[in-house]
Amino acid sequence: MEKNINVTLKIWRQSGPKAKGKFETYKLDQVSTDSSFLEMLDVLNEKLINEHKEPIAFDHDCREGICGMCSLFINGHPHGLDPGTTTCQLHMRRFNNGATITIEPWRSAAFPVIKDLMVDRSAFDKIIQAGGFVSVNTGGVPDGNALPISKVDSDEAMDAASCIGCGACVATCKNSSAMLFVAAKVSQLALLPQGKVEAAHRAKAMVAKMDELGFGNCTNTGACEAECPKNVSISHIARLNREFLNAKFKD
Amino acid sequence: MWLIDSSIGRKLIMSISGVFLVLFLLFHSLMNIVVIISPVGYNKICEFLGANWYAVVGSGVLAAGFVIHILYALYLSFLNLKARGNKSYAIKNNQKSVEWASQNMLVLGAIVIGFLILHLFNFWYKMQYAELTGAADSTTAANGVYWVSKLFSNPVYSIIYLVWLSALWFHLTHGVWSALQTLGINNKTWLPRVKLISNIISTLVILMFMSIPIYFILGFQPQV
Amino acid sequence: MAQKQGSTSVESNQIDAKIPEGALAEKWNNYKAHQKLVNPSNKRRLDIIVVGTGLAGASAAASLAEMGFNVLNFCIQDSPRRAHSIAAQGGINAAKNYQNDGDSVYRLFYDTIKGGDYRAREANVYRLAEVSNNIIDQCVAQGVPFAREYGGLLDNRSFGGAQVSRTFYAKGQTGQQLLLGAYSALSRQIGKGQVKLFSRHEMLDVVVIDGRARGIIARNLITGKIERFFAHAVVVGTGGYGNTFFLSTNAMASNGSAAMQMYRKGAYFANPAYVQIHPTCIPVHGDYQSKLTLMSESLRNDGRIWVPKRKEDAEAIRSGKLKPTDLLEEDRDYYLERRYPAFGNLVPRDVASRAAKERCDAGYGVGNTGLAVYLDFSDSINRLGEKVVRDRYGNLFQMYEKIVDDNPYKTPMMIYPAIHYAMGGVWVDYELQTSVKGLFCIGEANFSDHGANRLGASALMQGLADGYFVLPYTVQNYLADQIQVPRMSTDLQEFVEAENAVNDKINKILKIKGKKSVDSIHRELGLIMWDFVGMGRNKTGLQHALEKIKEVRNEFWTNVYVPGQVDNLNNELEKALRLSDFIEIGELIARDALLREESCGGHFREEYQTPEGEALRNDDDFAFVSCWKYTGEGNEPVLLKETLNYEFVQRQQRNYKS
Repeated sequence: MEKNINVTLKIWRQSGPKAKGKFETYKLDQVSTDSSFLEMLDVLNEKLINEHKEPIAFDHDCREGICGMCSLFINGHPHGLDPGTTTCQLHMRRFNNGATITIEPWRSAAFPVIKDLMVDRSAFDKIIQAGGFVSVNTGGVPDGNALPISKVDSDEAMDAASCIGCGACVATCKNSSAMLFVAAKVSQLALLPQGKVEAAHRAKAMVAKMDELGFGNCTNTGACEAECPKNVSISHIARLNREFLNAKFKD
Repeated sequence: MWLIDSSIGRKLIMSISGVFLVLFLLFHSLMNIVVIISPVGYNKICEFLGANWYAVVGSGVLAAGFVIHILYALYLSFLNLKARGNKSYAIKNNQKSVEWASQNMLVLGAIVIGFLILHLFNFWYKMQYAELTGAADSTTAANGVYWVSKLFSNPVYSIIYLVWLSALWFHLTHGVWSALQTLGINNKTWLPRVKLISNIISTLVILMFMSIPIYFILGFQPQV
Repeated sequence: MAQKQGSTSVESNQIDAKIPEGALAEKWNNYKAHQKLVNPSNKRRLDIIVVGTGLAGASAAASLAEMGFNVLNFCIQDSPRRAHSIAAQGGINAAKNYQNDGDSVYRLFYDTIKGGDYRAREANVYRLAEVSNNIIDQCVAQGVPFAREYGGLLDNRSFGGAQVSRTFYAKGQTGQQLLLGAYSALSRQIGKGQVKLFSRHEMLDVVVIDGRARGIIARNLITGKIERFFAHAVVVGTGGYGNTFFLSTNAMASNGSAAMQMYRKGAYFANPAYVQIHPTCIPVHGDYQSKLTLMSESLRNDGRIWVPKRKEDAEAIRSGKLKPTDLLEEDRDYYLERRYPAFGNLVPRDVASRAAKERCDAGYGVGNTGLAVYLDFSDSINRLGEKVVRDRYGNLFQMYEKIVDDNPYKTPMMIYPAIHYAMGGVWVDYELQTSVKGLFCIGEANFSDHGANRLGASALMQGLADGYFVLPYTVQNYLADQIQVPRMSTDLQEFVEAENAVNDKINKILKIKGKKSVDSIHRELGLIMWDFVGMGRNKTGLQHALEKIKEVRNEFWTNVYVPGQVDNLNNELEKALRLSDFIEIGELIARDALLREESCGGHFREEYQTPEGEALRNDDDFAFVSCWKYTGEGNEPVLLKETLNYEFVQRQQRNYKS
């Protein structure tokens, strides 16, 4: 049932990429437990604006858990404690009255802070640009049903493809590794006959780009899978390893 | 060279050297257990693995395996630290499903190395090394039962070894399945199975090792 | 040239859409056969700006780059993959007839025309239905993991407004998968250098030189720098203006500003009153609420919508004395099945939304506000088993449970209509070109294909049709005689003036330093829009709304407070600029709704309804596209009309009853 709670927020404030940031503490009273976490931050920002202070910058957009824009490291977890949830789907009913909530930006050398809780995740785009696609132009493709694909493969490709590119895997990984993100794409396309054709090249190109951009080495801790809001499995990392090693040994 | 430049290449070396070391541990533990079953047989094995060329070559390869595993571990850890960035989280927690060992492999590895040096001093230095340098004759050097009995008659050593083996067990529980994962020998169905198999292997190896200090603690003595 | 040579004249009050001659099924083929093309070496010399990276923008940018044009692509998010197309859940229509249930291009065309309440352009809709099949093929080739049958072939589900199963889907994340497909094609071109991507850049004006669009002014959202960009043609695919209502299913940053910039530079704004209100959204629950969440229409495949038959029961439920599961079958009113036996729970969105409002207004609503109806899966769970239902809708159920804290497997979902999609938008001709030469508009941002109401799973279809298969052709027809035009300097007077105007507006807003936050004024606007320009509209209400919107405008320009600096990341400034345009769009919506004295599709005027409460069209007086032409700040816009001549379909009263 809906009720109101009071919370203390410790929020990372940083005015720019080069600035030295620090934690600021805010008290927020009478927060409805039915409101979402981001709505709680909206209320705080409204309050700051009314006090003529600068509101907290944070990334968010669709607020239904699919765009991957929202981030936030909440009480030691990316997207908060609940597994399989993005920050925008987190609701205040998950917090107790009087709770202290620490909110930090994603931290990784590959994701520099832009302002406050906002980080630059364009490294993910660069990895996709290196090979996260099937090289087909518009037009001149065969009929959609020309190639039957087993439901099992297709479903597993879908599971991999459900990655929203939010970066929680990198944020939580003690090595700042982007393997789960890269594996999700490599695995999705390697499972489908359309993507199989250039699977070897894709795996090599994407891994090379990932390494170049300064992401760390995967040590199979599984923290990424545990925090992934879309529950992408690390079994895709095994497939990526397989694809990559096969490709390298064929060279 | 992709085995150095590429993250998966580096991990491949880690996993292959790791698998190699696990296989070594398996053999080592199987041989150790002989000291309980047949002390005479145990000494024969010690003799066989004395200052013979094949045993020396084997030791060299083994040492190389260790060195590669350690060097790569250091290099990977350095890179990973760099990737993490210079600002750490004020609060960082892990989900329950994340193994403790997986987060602490370097520390566990360091503990293992520390004890390994002690172990080498306890046995290898007095056995193969002594025989090679001529510091001891082959009968003394290859009398494994003697050295084992001498060391473990001191219960402090037995306990130190048990502690060491526990650290090794943690290292292995993550290491074994992780190596297979890196080699790509895994999928959604096999993920829990691979983990289970790895745990069984690690536990078996460690139990075999542990059986010897425990054997001594319980007051038994191998009779040649 | 196959096209009828246009008699376009702004003064004559009639607009020509340049629809090619010939039989319906031949028009697009004829167009393609006779259009002008640009040869490969000339393509390299031509620049095209594409604003937006949603389904339409990303697919257009990728396709144009594949052809060899230089593309400059802009998005306001940090990555092209985050455009709001990603949130589309249910699916995409195509006339493949894989299910052998009698589908065809004509039937998809007909359903779309009928669903749009006979207010869409026949030729456009037919073209849309024609290329729908290519879209599926294209997406499969890109590796989009559509749902499949055990035999390995593509699966379909049914959607509102159709009696065939023609909707392709990828779990409840079809929009995501299609967008990622387009994003991957786009990324490939970015990697090749054929597309230059400007993320976190917001278009703030279009630059028109000698009557042709030649570039844009954009703000770098990180540094605050205002930048100028030249191109031979400008394509805008920036989505709909649903956020005018503050609460909608749109993303927080979705806005109508690019459309308004085009409008102010001479592009007509068409049918602003046609806004879709989606029947299955999670009801509003508090005044802190920032957005509304859609529950996919696909849920109506297996869910049954009902309210209590007796008012006493409804009251008891509202006050928490009675649980919905306690109510006996005979005490429930499955009002959609009762009113529309032929289509039942799968009537089009506008019909379902109005029916829900009718029940709630009559006092049968549930939830603590009384503004909700039930969407019940108990029958399906009994019939198919919980596992099947979970496989089909698991992620949606989970999403619902996270927000509402109720388990929809055990108790029926509560839903209520919410603003979802803008059928209206920038007016475009058959070539998707606006009334400004060289300025094209695609996807939800234009008005073209859905008439007065869009059918489910048609938005994805339209966005991708425009981007992959229509615009890349029609842009060439325009650019063919632009090959001699050199790249222009962005120091030209027109660029300087446009940038100055943008700077002036920003400085003006920052200087107000009033007392109200942007959001609080936006909420005020949203409430006016929802109350008077929402699901049920009438003359008095609309006139009242126009007055109130004026007050909001005044409030904004005198009392808004925007903190922060101009040369820095400043979310509040971004929101303020968008709100200034939402206010103008709100006024256009109300104005258009007032003009249209009939009910059609998403536009429901209470004065014009049948005795059963169905929408009553007036084809004699309103069978036209209302196009609003900007006449300067503070002046009333001028109404122009594009008459909708129906040559191939007979207009009828929409009937979903039998």
